[in-house]
Amino acid sequence: MGKITELSSSENQTQNARTFVIENEGNTLGNVLKNIIANYSEVEFCGYTVPHPQESKIHFRIQTADNIKAIDILRRGLKDLEFICDEVIAASSSLDSL
Amino acid sequence: MVFNSEMAMETEDRRPKVTMEEYKIKENPNDYGFSDETFDREKFKKNLQIIPVKRVDYELEFDIIGLTPAIANAFRRVMISEVPTMAIEKVHIYNNTSIIQDEVLAHRIGLIPLKADPRLFEYKLDEKDEEGNELDTLEYRLDIKCSWKNKDVKDPRNIDAMYKNHNVYTEHIKWVPRGKQGTLFNESQVGPCDDKILISKMRPGHELNLKLLAIKGIGKDHAKFSPVSLASYKLLPEIKLLKQITGKDAYTLQKCFSPGVIEIDKGGCAYVKDARYDNCSRNVYRHPEIAKFVELTRIRNHFVFNVESLGAYKPEDIFVEAVKILKKKCVELLKELDFDGK
Repeated sequence: MGKITELSSSENQTQNARTFVIENEGNTLGNVLKNIIANYSEVEFCGYTVPHPQESKIHFRIQTADNIKAIDILRRGLKDLEFICDEVIAASSSLDSL
Repeated sequence: MVFNSEMAMETEDRRPKVTMEEYKIKENPNDYGFSDETFDREKFKKNLQIIPVKRVDYELEFDIIGLTPAIANAFRRVMISEVPTMAIEKVHIYNNTSIIQDEVLAHRIGLIPLKADPRLFEYKLDEKDEEGNELDTLEYRLDIKCSWKNKDVKDPRNIDAMYKNHNVYTEHIKWVPRGKQGTLFNESQVGPCDDKILISKMRPGHELNLKLLAIKGIGKDHAKFSPVSLASYKLLPEIKLLKQITGKDAYTLQKCFSPGVIEIDKGGCAYVKDARYDNCSRNVYRHPEIAKFVELTRIRNHFVFNVESLGAYKPEDIFVEAVKILKKKCVELLKELDFDGK
């Protein structure tokens, strides 16, 4: 499962603009999370990249409006995705009926 | 089936659509439909609908309404590469005098889908432990020898009468229970998904003595661990006829679509019977005089999923497992964020 760190040696890291490094994750989680987070009104930029196809990690960048922490946005995105999964699991009980 | 065509007609016009013209889609390129809306929990909950449509053996077709493409794709990707199954990982070859080489044989055996329910097993964590234990490993034997049945048969087309065991099938694989496994499962629950998968062909004198060890793994590591032979989605197609199309044109129209999509009534008038299984080929645009009166669209938030299981899970279980795995990723990352307090 994913392990989360932060991109070091970057002058572009502030409270409201950060690049997270998520180990052992790829496009599967990156794309869906990006799509959720990028549509938040407080978010100015959100994007991700798989820096090298042979390394199992993604760089996930979030830039937000002033006085909002990027990490809080990431948390909110993960919680929303978790909510989506919960709802889909609940709704998929109907699949047994066939 | 919950799906009601009248209900669909009523809400039809409020559904987000994408219109397929001859060379492009009609909508503005920066029109993402609903996909650029801010996520809203209440709205998502209200709109979400999952409808089973068709089940044939291990294949399931179901609709999910109210998703964005990113979410649908995440589900598909997880189904293919992160839902675990059991597969044969180690093949100990004690004797192989057949034509097929050891490594090719081992590879072929690894690809055999197994029925064992992976939820009842653990991942084998210790790489150095060759044999594994009863919680994470299933053991099988394949011992078979080809011999003469009747040397008098000269007709080479009648090999079944000439040889015994000249075809090695998955049914020849025998399960060897370890520890408590014998009381928990029976052979039909953990064996290969099909009895008649051909493994090798042999001639008299050829012999196989193999020990097979199966472990739990995921498709990301090797495709043999993937639980599906197919997991895909598409947007629901919709075809509208803007004018009555009759006579010869009706038959031309019918030929432009997949079989069963357009039918012709007794009066010779074409109507859309079921657009669901259309392949959206846009062939109709070869006949401009007909195409003027046809509108091809897709519903932007209506996903038609097709899941074809290999036998370890029921197809709906594969989907639910995939969603659970995606959820688990979120939970673990959230836990880690809170732990670090960054």
